[in-house]
Amino acid sequence: MGSLILMIIGLGVMAAGYFVYSKYLARRVYKLNEAFVTPAHELKDGVDYMPTNKFILWGHHFTSVAGAAPIVGPAIAVIWGWLPALLWVTLGTVFFAGMHDLGTLWASTRNKGRSIGSLSARYIGKRGANLFLVVIFLVLLMVIAAFAVVIKNLLISTPGAVIPVWGAIVVALLVGVAVYRLRWHLLPVTVVGVSVLYALIVVGDQIPVVLPESTLGMSPATFWIVALFAYGAIASLLPVWVLLQPRDYINGVQLFVGLILLFGSVLLATLFSATPPEIVAPAINMNVPEGTPSMIPLLFVTIACGAISGFHGMVASGTTSKQLDKETDARFVGYFGAIGEGLLSLGTILAVIGGFKSAAEWNEIYSSFGAGGVNAFVQGGANLMQNGIGLPASLSATVLATMAVLFAATTMDTGMRLLRFVVQEAAEAFKLKIGKIPATLIVLALGLGLTFSQGLGGEGGLRIWPLFGTTNQLMASLSLAIIAVILIRKGRNPITAMIPLVIVFVMAFWAALDQLSSFTDPSDPDWVLFTLDVIIIVTSVWVAVEAIIAMRNARNLPPEDEDAGANADAHADAELTAVSEDV
Amino acid sequence: MRRWSAFQAGLHEFYVGPYRQMFKREKQDEDDLFMIAVLGEALGVPDPAAYYTAELLPAVWENFHAWHRRIGIPRSPLDHIGCC
Repeated sequence: MGSLILMIIGLGVMAAGYFVYSKYLARRVYKLNEAFVTPAHELKDGVDYMPTNKFILWGHHFTSVAGAAPIVGPAIAVIWGWLPALLWVTLGTVFFAGMHDLGTLWASTRNKGRSIGSLSARYIGKRGANLFLVVIFLVLLMVIAAFAVVIKNLLISTPGAVIPVWGAIVVALLVGVAVYRLRWHLLPVTVVGVSVLYALIVVGDQIPVVLPESTLGMSPATFWIVALFAYGAIASLLPVWVLLQPRDYINGVQLFVGLILLFGSVLLATLFSATPPEIVAPAINMNVPEGTPSMIPLLFVTIACGAISGFHGMVASGTTSKQLDKETDARFVGYFGAIGEGLLSLGTILAVIGGFKSAAEWNEIYSSFGAGGVNAFVQGGANLMQNGIGLPASLSATVLATMAVLFAATTMDTGMRLLRFVVQEAAEAFKLKIGKIPATLIVLALGLGLTFSQGLGGEGGLRIWPLFGTTNQLMASLSLAIIAVILIRKGRNPITAMIPLVIVFVMAFWAALDQLSSFTDPSDPDWVLFTLDVIIIVTSVWVAVEAIIAMRNARNLPPEDEDAGANADAHADAELTAVSEDV
Repeated sequence: MRRWSAFQAGLHEFYVGPYRQMFKREKQDEDDLFMIAVLGEALGVPDPAAYYTAELLPAVWENFHAWHRRIGIPRSPLDHIGCC
């Protein structure tokens, strides 16, 4: 079966999901109402609450949720064969992620744009909200550690990416000054900025930077990890207009360019190339390398973003719901946002299963669990691009590696910024006031500590990935439980939320138990990850108990007013302010 | 031509949109501080510069109602300002 057929099947399933299932959800389950006064209008303040055109809002939502995670997860998970990964990404996007993202957006819109943490305080209980803070903290900490290792691997395996990756920071700084200080027109600045970035990619490809054995007394791997954390810390402290804003913008443009390049290459290579891409990976890999964990349940947590991710609920309820012009726009913004992320994962799967010449070459890349990952995406995708649009493989690899690193670096510095806020809030709970710099140093120490707990070169770094996925899925379970409680309170059938909830929760919990034994393996124990896993297991049980109690109570409560959110009194306003500050 | 303008407007929104909230909140914090400086004397905090800040009262009138609600006071804290 060729890559094109898989691409058509994947796109077909997602299109059916959008045109059929999301319509069903919008009409029958969430009952989206165009006449409902959304928080963006009701509470319009031009700051948090602002009605926004649905296409632009989708753009913001999509670029906020999409990053390196939907690339990393599927690129690792195809080690079990392409079929399970493809099924989980396509069906997961349609029945899990779309449902979840649309649901959290709807739930928040019906509740004055409250965040998912605040909703959990209202529908599941105060303990649920506290639990949410713990989960958010762990997810962010794990993601910065995992991404530091991902970027380090790419900078070593694709040395051509070193110049464009670090040069992109200078480009972003100049774009920021040009737009914010000099007030130049954005369009020419964008054209010049993106052109310079791509010129740097060409230069980087010609002048690869390979670090010597020892740099400042550190191995290349250790040096890159330290440099990345130093960058993340500095970037998270700078005013946002200086670096974060222009760099996010350039990345957003890059994201669309990358998607077009990937899918365009598959299409062109299949239609016009003399050697159309063939799938060399097995449909189901019966001979997985030694040490590879069992597919069930690990597949479901290895691919989190791209199938279902709790992080999306945070974005949907944190900012997107406050800008929704009409409630009916939620279908496009929320559900199609999930489809966008699914497409990125689908593109990744096509690259890592169809971008190699033979099964032997593929097996060599996937020699151990976590070995393929983003490097396989870069290599496979580069071969596809060479085949499809005729770009030399090395230059294509530099393009894709730069794209993946920029996504991961964005998540790293944003994650460090958010972690800093969590540390400061946690300190305030103990009546301590911590400044920006000490809080950032605490985050830096925690992040570096977790990364180096895997070895000074971050050797075991991607061992943390499934644990990150587990925590992310746990967050998704909590959001689905909130959606189910709201549906029950409104007297509607919660089955569309209950089925994904049960599957995601069971898989996440099972995966957490499964990993517990791997972290205590006498030949390769990891007590830091073991401790994190224990915390996750305890919080999982907690979530389950709280959610069951909340659902049982919901059945006995009188049906909730359809427009409870719109008609809530001033007291709810105060509650909203108080709790959203917590999250 | 209209489409071209719409494209440029969309691009601009794509740049500023995600950070609009952050910038406006920062500005709001500064404005709130200014509000306290201007209203200090009226709220019972001795202010040696009251003679001068009183002149600035008309400048903050418009935002007074939104400000007292935002800081958690549901009704006007000043008897002579009946905004709500």
